[in-house]
Parts: sequence; C-alpha cells; structure tokens
Amino acid sequence: MAERTPRHPRRRLIAAAALATGVLTGVAACSPGPSDGSATGAKTSGPVATDPAKAGKVTLTVWDQNTDPGANASTEALNKAFMAKYPNVTIKRVSRSFADLKTTLKLALSSANPPDVVQANQGYPDMGAFVKAKLLQPVDRYAKAYGWDTAFPSQLLDLNRFTPDGKTWETGNLYGVSQTGEIIGVYYNKAKLKSLGLPVPTTLTGFETALAKAKASGLQPLSYGDADKSPGIHVFGVIQALAAGKSEVRKLVFDEGDAKWTDSGTLKAATTLRRWADKGYLGSGFNGKSKDQAVASFGQGKSLFLLEGTWQSAVLAPKMKKNVGFTALGPAAGQPPLTQGGEGLAWSVTSKSKHPDVAGAYIDFLVNKNGMKAAATHGNLPALPPADHKPTPGTVDADILTRWKAVSEKDGLLPYLDYTTPTFYDTLTAAVQELTAGHLTPKAFTSRLQSDYSSFQNSR
Amino acid sequence: MAATAHRPTARKRPAGAPTREPVRRRGRVIQWKGYLYALPALLVLTVFLLVPLGQLVQISLFHWDGISVSTWAGFDNYTEIARDPRLRAGFLHSFVLILFFSVIPIALALMLAAVTTRAGRLRGVSVFRALIFLPQVVAMVVTATAWTAIYAPDGVLNTALRAIGLEAVARPWLGDFSTALPAVGLIGTWLEIGLCLVLFIAGIGQIPAELYEAAKLDGAGAVREFFAVTLPGLRGQITVALTLTVIAALRTFDLVYVATHGGPGNATSLPAYEVYNRAFGTGQVGSACAIAVTLTVVILLLTFLITKVQPQEDET
Repeated sequence: MAERTPRHPRRRLIAAAALATGVLTGVAACSPGPSDGSATGAKTSGPVATDPAKAGKVTLTVWDQNTDPGANASTEALNKAFMAKYPNVTIKRVSRSFADLKTTLKLALSSANPPDVVQANQGYPDMGAFVKAKLLQPVDRYAKAYGWDTAFPSQLLDLNRFTPDGKTWETGNLYGVSQTGEIIGVYYNKAKLKSLGLPVPTTLTGFETALAKAKASGLQPLSYGDADKSPGIHVFGVIQALAAGKSEVRKLVFDEGDAKWTDSGTLKAATTLRRWADKGYLGSGFNGKSKDQAVASFGQGKSLFLLEGTWQSAVLAPKMKKNVGFTALGPAAGQPPLTQGGEGLAWSVTSKSKHPDVAGAYIDFLVNKNGMKAAATHGNLPALPPADHKPTPGTVDADILTRWKAVSEKDGLLPYLDYTTPTFYDTLTAAVQELTAGHLTPKAFTSRLQSDYSSFQNSR
Repeated sequence: MAATAHRPTARKRPAGAPTREPVRRRGRVIQWKGYLYALPALLVLTVFLLVPLGQLVQISLFHWDGISVSTWAGFDNYTEIARDPRLRAGFLHSFVLILFFSVIPIALALMLAAVTTRAGRLRGVSVFRALIFLPQVVAMVVTATAWTAIYAPDGVLNTALRAIGLEAVARPWLGDFSTALPAVGLIGTWLEIGLCLVLFIAGIGQIPAELYEAAKLDGAGAVREFFAVTLPGLRGQITVALTLTVIAALRTFDLVYVATHGGPGNATSLPAYEVYNRAFGTGQVGSACAIAVTLTVVILLLTFLITKVQPQEDET
C-alpha cells in the first residue's frame, strides 16, 4: 500500500469524508450522560448511626457557597468545632460564590467522586435536576433521627422536598435542610421618612403613596440598578406577591394547578412596575446601573427606599447605623406580611457519598441550636432563630429578625420566581429589563413568561 | 499568524498557474515515513482537539441537561437556532460586531499607518507602537470592567458630556436598548485598532522604498501614493488582520459576560455567551453544543472566504 500513488485527490477526499462520517456515527451511537440510574456508594436507607466518632477515619468533602464574610466566619467556626469534637473526621471544604457554585456543582456531582455534602439551590433548575439524575439522597431518616422534621416550620421543609423523579416540588422526600433564612423587603431611611411626614409603609398602596410623595419633594424614591439583571426578579417578585397573592404565586412557581403567568394578578404587578418606571420612581438609567451602585446610593442617603434582600444589612448597617430600618409589606392593612424569600441553600447529602451518616451528623451540627447560634453571632439570619438571640433594639438586624419571624411563622414566604423553570431566570430578567425600559407592554411581558412556562410544562 | 501570512505562496494552485502544477504532481509518492514524524503532533491534536470536537458534535444531537439521561434530538437543536428569535438575534449581533471589530479598526488603522509613513523618521516610534498595542495585552476582563465604569450612568463619558452641555445625549450607554450593542462594539474597536496598526506599520516597513520614490517622481500625491503603493503592499497584512479580528468578533464572550450579561433584555446576547449560558446556566447542554458547532462552522466559512478573496501575491 505504500506504493499506491493517489492520482485522484477527489477520491481521497471522499474516503476521508466517509471515514469521518463513520467515526461520527460510531460516536453518536452512545449517548451522553449516565446510561440509567446511578450506582450509590453506600446504603441510603436503614437505621442511622448518629455518632461520627465511631465511623473510623473519615474525610468529608463539603461544597458550600458561604463566601460572604459573615457566612464564611460561621462556617469556618463550625467546621473547626466539628473536627475538634470528632478528631477522626477531616472536613475538606470547597467554598465558591453562588454563581460559581451554580455553574460547577453539576459537573462535580456527576463525577465519579462527588463531594459528600453540597449546598443545593432549591427549585426545578437545581435541586429538581439533581434529584431527577439521582445525585442526591433523601435525608428523611436523618430528619427523624435529629428532629429536623419538628424543629423546622413545614413551609421551610417543603421548599427542600421533591418527589423521587424530581418532577414535583414541595412534596415527597426531603433532600436537605437550610441553616439561614432570607427575605426581600423594604429598607427605609428613617430620617428621610420622618422629614416627609410618612409612616413606615405596611401595604403596597402605602408604599406607592410614599414613593409618589418622595418624588414630588425631589427625593429619589427608590434606589434601583438592574444592570446585573437579578434585582429585577426581586422587585417584580415583591410587587407580584402583593398583587397576585400567595396561593397564585405558589401555584405558578411550584407548578401546581392551572395558574397562568398571564392571569390578572401577574398582569397587575407588571402594570405597577411599569408605572413606577414611567413615573421615575426607579430613577433614570437603572438598566445601566449595577446592584452595588444602587445599594451604595441608598447607603449614602440619596434615596428613601431600597427593595433588597436581608443579606444587604451587613453592607448598610455599618454605613447608616440606626438610620436604616427594614420592613416587609402585607397585601392589606392588618394582614401579615407576604414577600419573596426563602432559606439559604439546602445542605444535602450526595448519593455516592461513602459516609452518608457522618454527612448527616455534620449537617445536624450546622442546623441544630448550636449551629443556628453560630450563624447568628456572625451576623447571619438563622433559619430558626435561637430564643436567646436578641440583636440590639433599633438596629436593622433587630428589624430583620422580627420580620423574618413574622413572615416565616405566619406562612408569608413566597418562593423566588426563577425557581419556576430551568430557563426562567433568563426569561424573567430580560423581560423585566424590557418592561421597565418601555420595550414590552405589561401584557406582552406576561405572555413572554407564560410561553417559557408552558414549554417547560410540556417537556415534563 | 505566520502560517496564515505564508500560506498563499505555499498553496496549491488549481488553474491559473499551469507552469507549476505538473511539476508538483508528477511522480509524487506518499512519504509514509513523513507521517510518522507528524504522529506525535497528530496524537496531541486528536486527544485535545479532534475528540472533543467529535463529542461536541455528538452532544449537539441530543437533548441533555448535563447530568441526567439524554434523549436523541436529531437536528432539533439546530432547527431551534433558526426558529428561536433570541438565538437568531445573537448571530445577527455578532455580525454587527464584525463592523466594529474588523471594518472600522482596519479602515482607521490604514489611515493612521498611511499618515505615519508620510512622517518620515519619528523619534520614539517603538514607544508609540507599544502604547497603541497595549489594549491587546490587558486582560479582557479588566478592559470590560474599565469600560463599564466609563459607560456607567455617572461614569466618565456621561460626566464629560454633561460638562460640555450635552445633557440630552448622556444616557446609561450599556443599559440603553439602542446603544448597548454599539457601545460594546466600540470597546472592540479600541481593542483591535492597535493590533491592526502594528501589523500595518510593520508591513509598510517591508515595502521597498524605491516604490515610494518612484511614486513621488511620477508626481503622485498622498492619496494616490496610498492607493498605488501602500494599499497593494499591505494586502497580506490586511488578510491577517481581517482573519484575526473577525474571529475575535465572532467569539466575543468575556466582554458581554462582564459588561452586560447579554442585556438589557437580550440586546447584546451573542452566540458564544449563549453557549456558556446554556451549557452551565440553564441546563441545555445539547442546544449549547449545537450553537457552538454552528459558530465554528460560521467562523471556518468566513476565514475561508477571507483567504479566498485575497488576491494572489504573485500576480502583482
């Protein structure tokens, strides 16, 4: 064959193409992803060994997203305490920011040697997908052994529940528990509110009245910057919670029942947000302003309100001291507050973990009374505030604790909207930017959301 | 870069150069031993490039969320690119970026290069050259962050505009639906102009000085000299610049990732950004791969066209 002189380059080309096609067809014959059902490293059912000291020498790999100073400090302290209590256990901690965790956790979980404990985000895009791929194991037996099932309010537990096929949220097995809580609420500048002669708003109507009054007096009503795209979800979510009510929002996000994103409540919320933008309550150039710029401008006293998560208190409190307050709005006067929020990412045990019982004990160490206390002392909002945790009255942390208790204990917690479908974050954030810029009518906005929703429903 | 520049002379000529063809073809025996020497390189290429490329094509034919069982999709992911207005817009945006990354920098750099040739000997040319090449050296993330600050509602640009009384023009450049894409594009212009200019100045250095003297003797002015001597002499460099900048435009990711996240709305979404977003964000790995394959084909096609369009050097 070495003597063959190819006089026909075309024929050679065809041969090469045929070879390439052959190789590709061969490659295509096997599909990407697991064949079906993942092997598990250790038993995932049966009695629980609650004493890690008897587990022998164990290395526990833990992936968390606690990179913020307060969360990082409490996690480090608890890890240290756990290893001191059980010297046979070594914790290998991998800590990544929320965005980095979201993009790399999938790869880590589907690898041959996944971490033992991970923080999984609630909702269909993350936890639902992990459960569907059988990458997480149910923790119901640990919940019983350690009493999580009675310590946590049911709405906090339900957020971490999925049916074993990962298709239905809020019911079925428990796939993790959370250490911290968070809600989106209204930060207000106490001095400015007083000088305008306004009370602390309790309803959406009251809030809008205050916005109008601030605008009329030449004060920027709301600090808002949506260049990062995520603040849009929060602002719209808070309005929608109050305009549409809790049962409708829950139906939409948890995909229960026949609610539609085009229904009147969501449409009303979209119309409200658009009105705020048109009237200048959101300021100018908000789509080019970052979230941090908005928070900083509120912190410098340049506006009356800020709609943000409880996690911003660590940024605002040092700057504004006791001049900043926090509240959550209710649908009508006298009704308990209703807002977007949830709990920190769930601490979950992976299916392939070789030491699920040690993992379970570690999680309990984070969420038991002592764990919650550690979270609180480092400035975090614990999901289950210990009775002896009392922030200084008049501080924003005290406000936040009161509101969190009111919202989480009186069934006022509504899920983040981006949990709805795997692509909903993209769809909603882009649509909010277009709505507030006047490129989408409220009606077109709602049908954009609905079309994402129905294609997800059809694919399930 | 060097390979692209030398390619025309080494290229097999189909028709048009009959004198060379028969000599090269006749009596050629495949040197199998030669392939043996190429084997190590080929092996590395296969493991790190061809196999992943094959996997890319393979995954693009499936619906896959990245972790659970995949299902056969056939060409669904490809037809989706044609159907989904957002993805179509993404490809359209990257063609707009070609204008800002290639056409404008090359035109400007040609003008600047022509002007510098008239200047004769300059003191500190190398410093000047290094300065203008600087944007290419700075990490893209740094560039994007700096420009985001410039374009911000209270940024340098708007402050300057307000200072000269152009309050009406001031706007959140990256947050405004009509200006976001051009604003991102102008960052590209700023980035690429140095590369083009350095290439062209080096190219002009290689043009024989006699040609310029001859042009002068024939009474050619600056414009005539540019079109008769400089431009033809720079054809090789223009091809290189075009290839590099078009690829840079089409694969733009970091700029948009840092500066706009594809926003406002989807006004600056680009194929490369969508690839990342779908693969790692929204769990549409099959679709991400299909976009990547399409993008690769588009880039290959355009680079091929650019080398085709370039006139043969030995004809001049």
